[in-house]
Amino acid sequence: MIQIENLSKTYKTSAGGFTALSDVNLTVNDGEIFGIIGLSGAGKSTLVRCINFLEVPTSGKVVIDGDEMGTLSKKELLIKRRSIGMIFQGFNLLEQRTVLKNICFPLEIAKVPKEQAVKRARELLELVGLADKESSYPSQLSGGQKQRVAIARALAAETKYLLCDEATSALDPDTTRSILDLLKKVNKELGVTIIVITHEMKVIESICDRAAVLDGGNVAELAPVSELFANPKSDIARKLILSAVNTAEEIKGGRVIRIIFDGETSYKPVIANLILSCQAPLNILKADTQDVGGKAFGQIIIGLPDDEVLAERVTKYLDDNGIKFSETEAV
Amino acid sequence: MSELLIKLWDSGTIQKGIWETVYMTFVSAFFSYLIGLPLGILLNVTAKDGIHPMPWLYRIVSIFVNIFRSIPFVILMVAMLPVAKLITGTSLGNNAMIVTLVIAAAPYVARMAESSFKEVGGGVIEAAKSMGASDMRIICQVLIPEAKPSLIVGSVISLVTILGYSAMAGTIGGGGLGMIAVSFGYQRFNDDIIWICVLLTIIIVQIIQETGMLIARKTDKRIR
Ligand SMILES: Nc1ncnc2c1ncn2[C@@H]1O[C@H](COP(=O)(O)OP(=O)(O)OP(=O)(O)O)[C@@H](O)[C@H]1O
Ligand SMILES: [Mg+2]
Repeated sequence: MIQIENLSKTYKTSAGGFTALSDVNLTVNDGEIFGIIGLSGAGKSTLVRCINFLEVPTSGKVVIDGDEMGTLSKKELLIKRRSIGMIFQGFNLLEQRTVLKNICFPLEIAKVPKEQAVKRARELLELVGLADKESSYPSQLSGGQKQRVAIARALAAETKYLLCDEATSALDPDTTRSILDLLKKVNKELGVTIIVITHEMKVIESICDRAAVLDGGNVAELAPVSELFANPKSDIARKLILSAVNTAEEIKGGRVIRIIFDGETSYKPVIANLILSCQAPLNILKADTQDVGGKAFGQIIIGLPDDEVLAERVTKYLDDNGIKFSETEAV
Repeated sequence: MSELLIKLWDSGTIQKGIWETVYMTFVSAFFSYLIGLPLGILLNVTAKDGIHPMPWLYRIVSIFVNIFRSIPFVILMVAMLPVAKLITGTSLGNNAMIVTLVIAAAPYVARMAESSFKEVGGGVIEAAKSMGASDMRIICQVLIPEAKPSLIVGSVISLVTILGYSAMAGTIGGGGLGMIAVSFGYQRFNDDIIWICVLLTIIIVQIIQETGMLIARKTDKRIR
């Protein structure tokens, strides 16, 4: 369990000081995926770096499994950090080491015998699906593959917590999804508690159990994700949720399809799932559905994104999920 | 071709000059790195954004390095002759010159190394810190290996600079091609000897440059 109590951080600047965090309180429970979302400059990175004491808080405490980080000796702190993995937007792999050697690095730090370390590293490569890349160098990998290596590396020592600072922000939507899936798997299968920092609501939405919304160094809101979405209380949360819908890819009278609800589809949130799975901005042009005894009837007309690939993904998703639809003219 | 040139060649003076130049350059470079590399690490580590900031120590080392870097080599060379005599027992000959070359080149190497270490991204160091790596481990297992290709490129530049210095050292009692060019070429008005020395120097520099860059390329795992 990670307890953050009355945490404040003021950076020394030439202008006298900048308060990046003020009086932050939150608790991350074991086994959960906890999200921290906020706009750029909200203090997300500062907060996550205070957790493993890469940044020393100005006041307040961070207590991890009963150990107050601020009271640990230098040596104890280094040992404590081994149980807290961290991944970054820029991957931060050692460019001159192979993939396998990168994953062995934290094990070298933990003084694990070489043979055992290599065995463990191979297991992790298997887990992240890169078993065939062990002797590649980072420069030979794609962004998504690099992040997988970084995840394997962060988990190599006896990692209990994984801090992810904008881990998917440099990746395209497909790759983002696969990395988020991997994080979910890591959480489920290895029981690693994960803290996800992001400025994208869709990341929170896809994997987090609970989330804190950070605004100007303060926690504006902290709630289970479903609640946060259904009933955002703070302005900043509402703004972040809205910006998740209005993505850059605008819809300009392209292909239009009609999804038909004939009672087969029940409570499943079809459109929400569709948008999430395809990561496609869909425009609901017209909706006329009725709920009859828990079954949906009616039709929804949506505009497909101009992007050919995205549009194809939407129709494929509908096909795959047995949802009836037909293509119509623009309304 | 002048008679003197043929005589110098037949007596092995030119061959000896080549050897002495190469010897002075590489031995000086070796000792310059022995001193300059740790200084470069110290500068990088104690800098404001280094892994262990110690502003006062950085200032002291930095000023010390700057002082030696700002003295023109010809002046430093003669000024350091007493030091050379203290260490080697003489202020003449190649070994004495090596002492002055090392004093001139070590601060240069320190700055070169410092800038190579700076190229290692803050992100990788941060990642190592997050894994619980100690400062010493970060230096030995992150900073140095990650900066290696750049350090090799830097060493090529340093070698060529030291070779240039060594030619100057030839004028005050050192050997090598510099000495031959000055005492047989310039002082006895034999232009062809000067030009032969120029040519030989160019060839040596080319060999150092090409092999060094080849090694740097082979070492670097980033591009491929
Ligand atoms: N070392 C520092 N010195 C001074 N100010 C800093 C320092 N690091 C961060 N800040 C300031 O603190 C604030 C919060 O920074 P932080 O990096 O935590 O934001 P963030 O929420 O992670 O933003 P982003 O989404 O852009 O990464 C910013 O206004 C930033 O300018
Ligand atoms: Mg950040």
